[in-house]
Amino acid sequence: MKKSKQFWPFILLAVLVYVVIQVLISTEMMNQFYSNTLILIAINIILAVSLHLVIGITGQFSIGHAGFLAVGAYVSAIITMKLQLPFAVAIIVGGVIAALAGLIVGIPSLRLKGDYLAIATLGFAEIIRIVFLNIDAVGGAAGMQVSHLTTWTYAFVCLVITLVVIVNFTNSRHGLAAISVRENEIASDAMGINTTYYKVIAFAIGSFFAGVAGALFSHNFYIIQPSQFGFLKSFDILIFVVLGGLGSLSGAVLSAILLTIVSTYLQGYPETRMIIYSLVLIIVMLYRPKGLMGTMEITDYFKLWRTPKGGSQHGK
Amino acid sequence: MEWIQQLINGISLGSIYALIALGYTMVYGIIKLINFAHGDVFMVGSFIGFYSITVFGLGFFPALIISMVACALFGVIIERIAYKRLRNATRIAALITAIGVSLLIEYGVIYIRGAQPEAYPNIFSNKTFSILGAQISIQSVLILSVSVVLMILLQFIVHKTKTGKAMRAVSHDVEAAKLMGINVDNTISATFAIGSALAGAAGVIFGVYYTKIDPLMGVIPGLKAFVAAVLGGIGIIPGAMVGGLVLGVVETIVSALGFSLWRDAAAFIILILILIFRPSGIFGKNTREKV
Amino acid sequence: MKKSKFASLFLASSLLVGMLAGCGAGEEGSGSKGGDEIKIGVNLELSGPVASYGSSQNDGFNLAVEEINAAGGIDGKQIKLVTVDNKSDAAESTSAAIKLTSQDKVAAIIGPATSGNSVAQVQIANDSKTPMITPSGTSPTVTVADNGSVNEYAFRTSFIDPFQGTVAANFAANELKVKTAAVYADNASDYAKGLAASFIKDFEAAGGKIVQQESYVAKDTDFRSTLTRIKGANPEFIFIPGYYEEVGLIVKQARELGITVPLMGADGWDSPTIVDLAGAEALNNTFVINHYSAEDPDGKAKEFADKFNDKYGKAPNSFNALGYDTVYLLKDAIERAGSTDGTKIKDALKATDNLDLVTGLYSVDENHHPVKSATILEFVDGKQVFNTKVNP
Repeated sequence: MKKSKQFWPFILLAVLVYVVIQVLISTEMMNQFYSNTLILIAINIILAVSLHLVIGITGQFSIGHAGFLAVGAYVSAIITMKLQLPFAVAIIVGGVIAALAGLIVGIPSLRLKGDYLAIATLGFAEIIRIVFLNIDAVGGAAGMQVSHLTTWTYAFVCLVITLVVIVNFTNSRHGLAAISVRENEIASDAMGINTTYYKVIAFAIGSFFAGVAGALFSHNFYIIQPSQFGFLKSFDILIFVVLGGLGSLSGAVLSAILLTIVSTYLQGYPETRMIIYSLVLIIVMLYRPKGLMGTMEITDYFKLWRTPKGGSQHGK
Repeated sequence: MEWIQQLINGISLGSIYALIALGYTMVYGIIKLINFAHGDVFMVGSFIGFYSITVFGLGFFPALIISMVACALFGVIIERIAYKRLRNATRIAALITAIGVSLLIEYGVIYIRGAQPEAYPNIFSNKTFSILGAQISIQSVLILSVSVVLMILLQFIVHKTKTGKAMRAVSHDVEAAKLMGINVDNTISATFAIGSALAGAAGVIFGVYYTKIDPLMGVIPGLKAFVAAVLGGIGIIPGAMVGGLVLGVVETIVSALGFSLWRDAAAFIILILILIFRPSGIFGKNTREKV
Repeated sequence: MKKSKFASLFLASSLLVGMLAGCGAGEEGSGSKGGDEIKIGVNLELSGPVASYGSSQNDGFNLAVEEINAAGGIDGKQIKLVTVDNKSDAAESTSAAIKLTSQDKVAAIIGPATSGNSVAQVQIANDSKTPMITPSGTSPTVTVADNGSVNEYAFRTSFIDPFQGTVAANFAANELKVKTAAVYADNASDYAKGLAASFIKDFEAAGGKIVQQESYVAKDTDFRSTLTRIKGANPEFIFIPGYYEEVGLIVKQARELGITVPLMGADGWDSPTIVDLAGAEALNNTFVINHYSAEDPDGKAKEFADKFNDKYGKAPNSFNALGYDTVYLLKDAIERAGSTDGTKIKDALKATDNLDLVTGLYSVDENHHPVKSATILEFVDGKQVFNTKVNP
């Protein structure tokens, strides 16, 4: 893995952001409402970025990401609540088991393409949810109570690791292979790239981080229930990625931030909350069908001489 | 005895799935869009039927026809406003729009009338008669016959009328159809109109048969109908009918064996098995992806 | 491209900080405590799958608050409701509770409707010393933590699950004198599961036999296949804990399939809609446990039903009544506490004794479970007829 020039400034900035917010939290300059919103944003960014790897980079249309979130949430909750192991262990194991689930789902279904793949992943996610619904040891439909262990530190460290891994993967040889699968699967197959391998790898990495997000999620909200991981949750994550612009990492990050804040702000307007949300979706898609940023990264706007990357995204 | 009863339960459920699945399959066949808002058109149809019966005091058949006409219009409006611009956009953009439209319809209805459920009035007697020990209600016979009549009508429209021919031509090759002088826009609108009218009919039938309607009622039947459409081979009309019936019967069998909580999982497991082993569905032809 | 990735993250993260700082500055002013008004937080399921429960309770809240404010408020202070939607989702419920306690600094929170979403709020209430009352969070886990300690700041208006199950079991075994029973419970709610479990335990203890045990999931509409299965087991009695939306359909479909044995349920059945759903004829020979009898001509219940009908143009259901009572329960506590301080309100709530509410006389025991009597009603041609009263 090659390190790019921006790596160290990025880490430096990350440390800076972390320290500033941590100080604000511990001096109680920032109340629980803001720290909770920040943790939620971090979780949503992890989810958005992990799905970005699958859809935006590898071009595989998955709409079942909530299934892996559920695996991570439940597995990590079992580890801390039933086995009494530390939270850090739970995060890692939650991610690993979610990645395994990703392999199990991915190996058969990634042979499919386009809409068919989308439907298959949706189906798998629903099956995962129904499995948890029927396991009494994790509370069935009533849900499982989980201690509050997620802190800003855990959330931020996980976020930074996720970003570093996914950016490095994208920039590596493997990432280029994945992009070639997105651009033209048949052509990249003809060039000798093992397309199935790269699709499955991207899917597993995406699932791993969804599982990590699940661990943070379950330990932030006191209780987890299967109903939280239905297909509407998958759509939420999908919307982060598409709204930001397919193939744009900073787009996914920005839209995750934006939508989390919008959603929190709209909590006080229950009658119109979902109407506004759905109108925003429709209008953005009608007027900017490639998402807010298209395939551009935020830095591209400062380097307008660069030719935009891209070409067609997926399908035709 | 019990098994005959279960079979009848399954077929009644399946015919409702089939009616919704027809709309899905027609729209997918023609513009390759998974119209997630279709389940909500079904819900709107159900409410239109409900208000025609309770507020205007109409009978079942007038309510059915009003609901079908209103839903046909509604479907065309959705298509013209939301989907038309996206015809050349990526599929994922169209899908997200469809999700947005679906949420907008659901919460629009909640905004207008609240989220509480409504009970369909009893327009048919609750009388049942028994055949071979199975209790069959007059309602379910009527519902089955209405569904069958609608499906035959649809087959007739698709195969014998000019519009039907145009629909088949457009679904086969849009460009070629355009060159042959077919008005593609109108044909697509007609597809939406017919599909939505069927969903509206399904809504009224559902209301009469299952009594309870609410603004979120379309989500699960919509998803199931979609599974049914894929099962039969998406884009193929007889496939949607068979897919719907098969799904209804399978779900009933799973419940009848005492695994009612796994019923939804069974639907999705079938879906995945079909997708992996026969992605084009029961009735589909295997086609190679064009390069 | 390689280079730009990290740089873009760089910018994205700085934007994040900027945005938060902006929104932080904008809202800071709203947290002050009003001088002549009492802020009460409402955390309810106003959208999402169980929006119908939440919006029913919201109607009850609004009616009660309107009345109290029209009558001069609490100790001269007007009540101001701060309503937040939790989308029927536990995570959103936690966030909503955090917003209410740390942003709006409410004196107390009423809601959410379901046990799961209430559990998601309990810890926030305890940490911020803000009392919460859930109108219908019936699971004991809302007020008593897993390790047996009581959640000091959590209260509820409705019964807890085990009580109603016991009442139903005793009624079936002693009054109806049935020997075999089937249980058909909503597996998606811990309310129904709790009732089913205590019914089975007590019915078997009374010498009865459970011949069939089945579940459905809320929002199902087709119960015929499972009912056919239940019919095959020939029970003399079927216990159906759940909410009216599904129960109405279950009763209707059961009768259509030729199941004629007595059916019984609990307070979740209480809604005029159940008669529309099931049909008056199908409801004959069914029994329901409730807090009160709406047919009682001179009770508070009738008065409430009239007022509710005037405002909303429809008859109230149990969620409306519990929502309405929740506000009065809180009002009573704030008046006795003489203050809007969370700890004092909590202590006053704990000392609630024989408060006369629409859903009956209400007291609180040491586990914050309500102590109130249950009424068993029988449906006769669509009307609820008083059968027996059971004291706790």
